[in-house]
Amino acid sequence: MTTVEQVESMTEATEGEGVRRRDFIHIAATSWAGIGAVAVALPLVNQMSPSADVLALASIEVDISSIDEGQAIKTSWRKQPVFIRNLTKAEIAAANKVALGTLRDPQALADRTKTGKENWLITLGVCTHLGCVPLGAAAGEVKGEFGGYFCPCHGSHYDTAGRIRKGPAPLNLAVPEYEFLSDTVVKIG
Amino acid sequence: MSFPWANEYKPQHPLMQWVDERLPLPRFVYNAIGGGYPVPRNLNYWWNFGVLSGVALVIQIVTGIILAMHYYASVGGAFESVEHIMRDVNGGWFLRYAHMNGASFFFIVVYLHIFRGLYYGSYKAPREMVWLLGVVIFLLMMATAFMGYVLPWGQMSFWGAQVITSFFSAIPVVGEPLRQWLLGGFAPDQAALNRFFSLHYLLPFVIAAVIILHVWALHIPGSSNPTGVSVKSEQDTVPFHPYYTAKDGFGLGLFLILFVILTFFAPNLLGHPDNYIPANPLSTPAHIVPEWYFWPFYAILRAFTVDFLFIPAKLLGVLAMFGSIALLFFLPWLDTSPVRSGNYRPLFRKFFWVLLIDIAILGYCGVMPAEGPYILLGQIASAYYFAHFLIILPIVSRIEKPLALPNSITEAVTGKAAAA
Ligand code: HEM
Ligand code: FES
Repeated sequence: MTTVEQVESMTEATEGEGVRRRDFIHIAATSWAGIGAVAVALPLVNQMSPSADVLALASIEVDISSIDEGQAIKTSWRKQPVFIRNLTKAEIAAANKVALGTLRDPQALADRTKTGKENWLITLGVCTHLGCVPLGAAAGEVKGEFGGYFCPCHGSHYDTAGRIRKGPAPLNLAVPEYEFLSDTVVKIG
Repeated sequence: MSFPWANEYKPQHPLMQWVDERLPLPRFVYNAIGGGYPVPRNLNYWWNFGVLSGVALVIQIVTGIILAMHYYASVGGAFESVEHIMRDVNGGWFLRYAHMNGASFFFIVVYLHIFRGLYYGSYKAPREMVWLLGVVIFLLMMATAFMGYVLPWGQMSFWGAQVITSFFSAIPVVGEPLRQWLLGGFAPDQAALNRFFSLHYLLPFVIAAVIILHVWALHIPGSSNPTGVSVKSEQDTVPFHPYYTAKDGFGLGLFLILFVILTFFAPNLLGHPDNYIPANPLSTPAHIVPEWYFWPFYAILRAFTVDFLFIPAKLLGVLAMFGSIALLFFLPWLDTSPVRSGNYRPLFRKFFWVLLIDIAILGYCGVMPAEGPYILLGQIASAYYFAHFLIILPIVSRIEKPLALPNSITEAVTGKAAAA
């Protein structure tokens, strides 16, 4: 009997407001277990992120000397298609004529090309809607209502600056990091 | 729980008595799907599709485990290993076609099972939990089938993976990192294929576990029935075995006949020929379409072509597509009519059929190219789909005057009141 009373007096002792000393142990123990669970979950979740070999993004060098005005090529960078397009004078003029305020993702052609190389439009060939490869880079492919690229998956139209003009895609075709090593060689990445 | 008149399990054989006293598993089975489970006497063939869904899952697990013995999940080898299964593995073509068409049949029977629930009001009290778990199973099935379709690493596999994982990139701020986390890269590649295989192997077993919960929840009130009137007396029920084991067995025979006809004579009818072209990350097929069971949802996804307020069209489409399924979680509380069965709800019944036609139209829009009239048609059909659940059902439940219900299941079946 005495032991029982002793136990009760230890666990049920209240320090005002009905807080028991054992409550502290409960909170401390479950908090510690919770921290442990998070510590274990972190590596379990993190292992899914792109691994080191995937992140080691090799850059590529492309010879663009054979791309005539009005032509485009498709190449591959980080396992994703890249379009390199040599715009015609008319295409540049068409892109510059558009009032920026009317665009869904306002950007001028000059913001998307390098100074002095405004004719070279280099973009990812990944539709910003759900990731299909738009048409319009290879000869004979439809270029859409704005003469740039057309994504057949859900009907997104891009203009001659690769900007989204119509359809469900939210953004312009992404411009990757690149630099001209010479007049005919461009390094992407 | 069961009705008080349920037969009690009385093992005859001493061995079964011995087992039952130590581990009452035989008793559990007897009370769940044997003579100890009383079922309304008037179930029609629409009540077969639950058991058929279970059989379809077993077919997928058995054929899938065998396929996994010959398949390898590598971007360089997956396509070839599937061809190896088709050409070289003994009877491999049969196993793969059975798995491919098994997925379609799984969805056929599950859709019929869901439509049964929609028509007969099976989602209403006291069976809400059964319905909610059913929607969870449906979501898990969609994830499983999607990841399975990626495994052969054909053109549709690859571009399906690209498009579906891009749904996540629609989420503001965290979207693109989340997508890269899911894929383990910037585009579907080795990391994605490998983890999809791992999860494709896992999820069917998770589905099996949720099915157990689904049936457990069902067995508390017991099955509903075509009149929707609750069981009142012993006369209203018959034991599951032998009555419904026989009826389900007959239905299973028909199901298997149709299944083997398709598997043997038209194994690629429901598939897409482009998936026999190895994946090419640089070229999207001219017209990508998901498997037929996703068409209606794909149409809803594509219905949004312009931004609304400050929400981009892309996000709207993704929200609407997930919303169209999430909506089903709220169905038990959207339909407030106390009458369960559509047989006694003249107005509800009309709208039920309109909904089915609407879903068929959505499916048609989902498979057609996203241009011209199909965009507008898809938009109207999507709007109607949501209106059905959010506007029409709540209103119909309030204004409709239901027909007189029979006093009991027995009265509905025999035409006369139950004898004392
Ligand atoms: C919920 C049940 C399941 C569904 C709905 C399902 C669905 C699918 C689908 C649609 C495919 C693509 C078929 C094709 O075009 O080739 C597939 C492939 C595959 N599945 Fe499943 N599956 C299920 C269960 C399983 C299980 C339990 C396993 C193994 C443990 C498995 C292993 C495989 C393998 C190895 C492939 C690749 C071979 C192939 O493409 O034929 N599946 N699955
Ligand atoms: S992926 Fe290009 S429009 Fe949808």
